[in-house]
Amino acid sequence: MFDPVPWLILLPLVWGCLTFLTGVGRGGRLVLAGLIIQLVLTIILARQIVMEGARHYAVGGWGAPLGVDLYVDGLTGIMLLLTHVVALPLVVYARAYFSSQAEGASYFWPLTCFLLAAMNALFMSADIFNIYVTLELLGLAAVGLVAAAGSAGSVTAAIRYLLVTLLGSGAYLMGVALLYGTYGSVSLAVLEPLLATTEISAAACLAAMLMLAGLLLKTALFPFHFWLPPAHGGAPAPVSALLSALVIKASFYLILRLWFDLFAPLVTTQAAQLLGGLGAAAILWGSILAFNQTRLKMLVAYSTVAQIGYLFLLFPLMTSAIPGAAESAMQGGVMQLVAHALAKAAMFAAAGVMVLSAGKDDIALLGGMSSHLPLTLFTFALAGITLMGLPPSGGFIAKWLLIDSAVSGGQWGWVVVMILGGLLSAAYVFKVLRQAFLPPVAGIKFKPVIRMLEWPAFLLALISLLLGFRSVEVLNLLGAA
Amino acid sequence: MSGALIYACAGAVLFVFGVTGLILLPHLLRKILAFNIMGSGVFLVLVGLGQRDGTPDPVPQAMVLTGIVVAVAATALALALVRRLLSLTGKIQFPEESEGLGRCWKNK
Repeated sequence: MFDPVPWLILLPLVWGCLTFLTGVGRGGRLVLAGLIIQLVLTIILARQIVMEGARHYAVGGWGAPLGVDLYVDGLTGIMLLLTHVVALPLVVYARAYFSSQAEGASYFWPLTCFLLAAMNALFMSADIFNIYVTLELLGLAAVGLVAAAGSAGSVTAAIRYLLVTLLGSGAYLMGVALLYGTYGSVSLAVLEPLLATTEISAAACLAAMLMLAGLLLKTALFPFHFWLPPAHGGAPAPVSALLSALVIKASFYLILRLWFDLFAPLVTTQAAQLLGGLGAAAILWGSILAFNQTRLKMLVAYSTVAQIGYLFLLFPLMTSAIPGAAESAMQGGVMQLVAHALAKAAMFAAAGVMVLSAGKDDIALLGGMSSHLPLTLFTFALAGITLMGLPPSGGFIAKWLLIDSAVSGGQWGWVVVMILGGLLSAAYVFKVLRQAFLPPVAGIKFKPVIRMLEWPAFLLALISLLLGFRSVEVLNLLGAA
Repeated sequence: MSGALIYACAGAVLFVFGVTGLILLPHLLRKILAFNIMGSGVFLVLVGLGQRDGTPDPVPQAMVLTGIVVAVAATALALALVRRLLSLTGKIQFPEESEGLGRCWKNK
């Protein structure tokens, strides 16, 4: 049987090295072809997971505890598929974007390939030290992408992002050191039964806190969100889309994994309530700040801060003892992850087109956009529908499942937060739409944009909208064990 | 207290120093140095705790080697970015208005 697992890590590394050879700013066509191959591989892998269940892969034939193990299950399959479905249209978009604006194009292609390789490796890692290495690879590639624009603002954002991500992974590595010192292994398959059967030690608790705190910092959960808006809002649009849609999801995926597998014997209801509370604060605070922005890309970046909050509501909801409530909380959280990735990629891509056309990143200058770029504005609105959680979008299914879980589990407070968050996201989306339908500001000349900029973003928004109809397939893959 | 535990405790202290410096120091070069001190602390804990009855365990030493490679790469990237910031703005600090958590309202 052909096994796509190692190729999903090797191939993007190969593309990354080859695009260095093609020269600065070139190689987009190669990456496009490479990503199509990888998408086919992930589909094959997802089918294998659904048919045969989760499995381990021993790199180079050396199994754990000596070698490095990779592990794929339903959640891994979803993350890999999501990564490629989001990245492929963004590559088409980036080729068009950098042909009209050279700023930030220089090392976009190799860095993007390394970013994808790091993410694929992270999703499939089965030992906590390997996860640390992939986290660092991901962070360094992402920082390079943020800095690529080269202006003082983006270099400042990149340095801040770099220091935050180093602090986060430093705390994570400290946790790994404590776990290795206590249990003598870094393999998740070995550690899980050890933690579950032995008495809980103080070292293990401290390790859990350090690792989770480091990952929360990288996921930019309120109040650790301060680094995200300048980094995501200041980067070139294709980079913002990649970072906001995928990179923060990688560290959230790790929190999900560690919380429910490795640290399951350690976590308490209070800790879950705390995460949910921070998530609720992120939803309200992020949405209010998004509404207050005057720059379009900063508004979209703050909306990411708010939407991350929804992901963390699944932790308190999962503690519910009512049968079914915990299950639908997990499904809702994963749906929110997928829907937000697609919608936010579309929204940042659409915002990038509007900023490119208006020549300046300012919401007040968007007047007249409705007649100049109707398709892009429509894309922005469709992505907004998913963020608000209106039917039939993927965001609707996600919020429906989360609210259903909260109601059946009797945790009414979270329902109020989710409904308020939906209203607030409607407020900031309509702020942009309203401005776009006003007459143009005197003296502004919109530049024409090429078609290939508009369609990939539209495709992403359409997928996020139609996800509502195909959510059963996604949830089936999640359930495949 | 065994020798190994002394190393681990020293590592923990270095880690705390590094984290404090990384958060509190305004000068970016000092922040980068603080990150390196934090990293060294983690490596000491890894090697110190990873001993079985006084005989060193090779696995954490291999991990520390990997960690050092990562730290060197990250330091190089950070230094390159700071040099770039210096040539663009003439300062080795974050701009005032975007410092800390309290800056949220000023972004309006």
